[in-house]
Amino acid sequence: MGDVGLAEELAQDALVAALEQWPVSGVPDRPGAWLMGTAKHRAIDLLRRRKTLERKHEELGHDLLGTRQELAERDFDAAIEDDMGDDLLRLIFTACHPVLSTEARVALTLRLLGGLTTDEIARAYLVPEATVAQRIVRAKRTLAEARVPFEVPRGADMAARLSSVLEVVYLIFNEGYSATAGDSWVRPELCEDALRLGRILAELVPTEAEVHGLVALMEIQASRLRARLGPSGEPVLLLDQNRGRWDQLLIHRGLAALERAEQLGGALGPYALQAAIAACHARAQTPAETDWQRIAALYDALAQLTPSPVVELNRAVALAMAFGPAAGLELVDVLTSEPSLKSYYLLPSVRGDLLAKLDRFEEARVEFERAASLTKNARERKLLLERAAACAAGVS
Amino acid sequence: MRFLILVKASKDSEAGVLPDEKLFTEMGQFNEQLVKAGVLLVAEGLQPSSKGARVKFSGAKRTVIDGPFAETKELIAGFWLWEVKSREEAIEWAKRIPNPTGEDGVVEIRQVYEAGDLGEAYTRAQAAVKA
Repeated sequence: MGDVGLAEELAQDALVAALEQWPVSGVPDRPGAWLMGTAKHRAIDLLRRRKTLERKHEELGHDLLGTRQELAERDFDAAIEDDMGDDLLRLIFTACHPVLSTEARVALTLRLLGGLTTDEIARAYLVPEATVAQRIVRAKRTLAEARVPFEVPRGADMAARLSSVLEVVYLIFNEGYSATAGDSWVRPELCEDALRLGRILAELVPTEAEVHGLVALMEIQASRLRARLGPSGEPVLLLDQNRGRWDQLLIHRGLAALERAEQLGGALGPYALQAAIAACHARAQTPAETDWQRIAALYDALAQLTPSPVVELNRAVALAMAFGPAAGLELVDVLTSEPSLKSYYLLPSVRGDLLAKLDRFEEARVEFERAASLTKNARERKLLLERAAACAAGVS
Repeated sequence: MRFLILVKASKDSEAGVLPDEKLFTEMGQFNEQLVKAGVLLVAEGLQPSSKGARVKFSGAKRTVIDGPFAETKELIAGFWLWEVKSREEAIEWAKRIPNPTGEDGVVEIRQVYEAGDLGEAYTRAQAAVKA
């Protein structure tokens, strides 16, 4: 079964076999419709219709048979439920197989699981439809050639494969959260697709803490979507956002998902840690109430799990907020020799901010100017140059 | 997109008659399906209007009127908040809401406004709040 196209058919075949035949209009033309549960519903409908017919035939005096039928229906429901869940999981793991490029994984996941058409995917990613269609065809061929089995990985394989699935879902979310292409900075529909996939995954593999961690992270981040855009579509930074516009329902769901991740025990994974950081902001009713010490500790844990200069920079900011600018600057100074951050505008921008807070205006001015020369965003550049000018005038 | 699904009240819901075991079971299963499909955000049942009240506005005047309220069919007995891909999907799910007793009833489907639907006045107001 090395072919996704075939696998899709076979997955549908399982149902067909269970029911002997589909009503002609009932065959889902988009496998993604599974997500909506329509395939299952149609199957049950068909069964019920058939049962009603049978019942009519045997209506009188067959109580015993009636009970038996009820039992049969319950068994059938359970069996279908298991099959659907299983097929869905196999499809997710196959679509997100590491043998595929990231782009291919994203396209295949949105097509097969999100139920999006190639045209919808193309519009979401601002590429020609033919490109997406080709990506999907090639991905299916790659899976076939690599003889990727259509199955849910077990044992040691599971962790690596699951992290590939979570990565794809989070990539989709992030493209929606801060679009890398196009005029609009956010694409809420992609966030919704990713959230829905995440929520479904959480039900399919409820014992995997990181799935709940990812869902928690996405719910909490999505809660800020409408506060992240200013009146003319410009980004509004977290601490400047109007918290009244945060979606309390999503925050509530995010905190609940985080709690599920924590209750599964063990150390928190990278998604759960990021969710826990996001939760610190979500719980604070004003920026001043933010628990920066906890955020700094969580970044510390995250840096140990997934060491990265960007995580360190974030930790430096948290340290500065928790223990004063000098504490943050100490860590930032270490990072200035980090080659991967050499042209990362946020490093001089953060350093400038900390220096200004310490009244070291001349050094701060140099950093802000350097940051301004590195950023690609015009709005950001203007802001940084304004801060540089303020430093030149001796005020932060 | 989000939809609010409003279940209209019935004589029973207004009398505070609780659903029987069968309805609880079927509703539970239906909600479980909604969760598995990533659709369900909120599901709540409402107590009879006799336990509620209305606050009537007339100019600067506010009048409190205690329940119950007479026009049963206009009242609401429960609601869901769903996240779906389309109005069609919301309707498709709504058709699946269990109704084991076979009683007549109405469920109303209403789309929730998103920030992008609210127009310029909203954007300006939000800018003013921030400033």
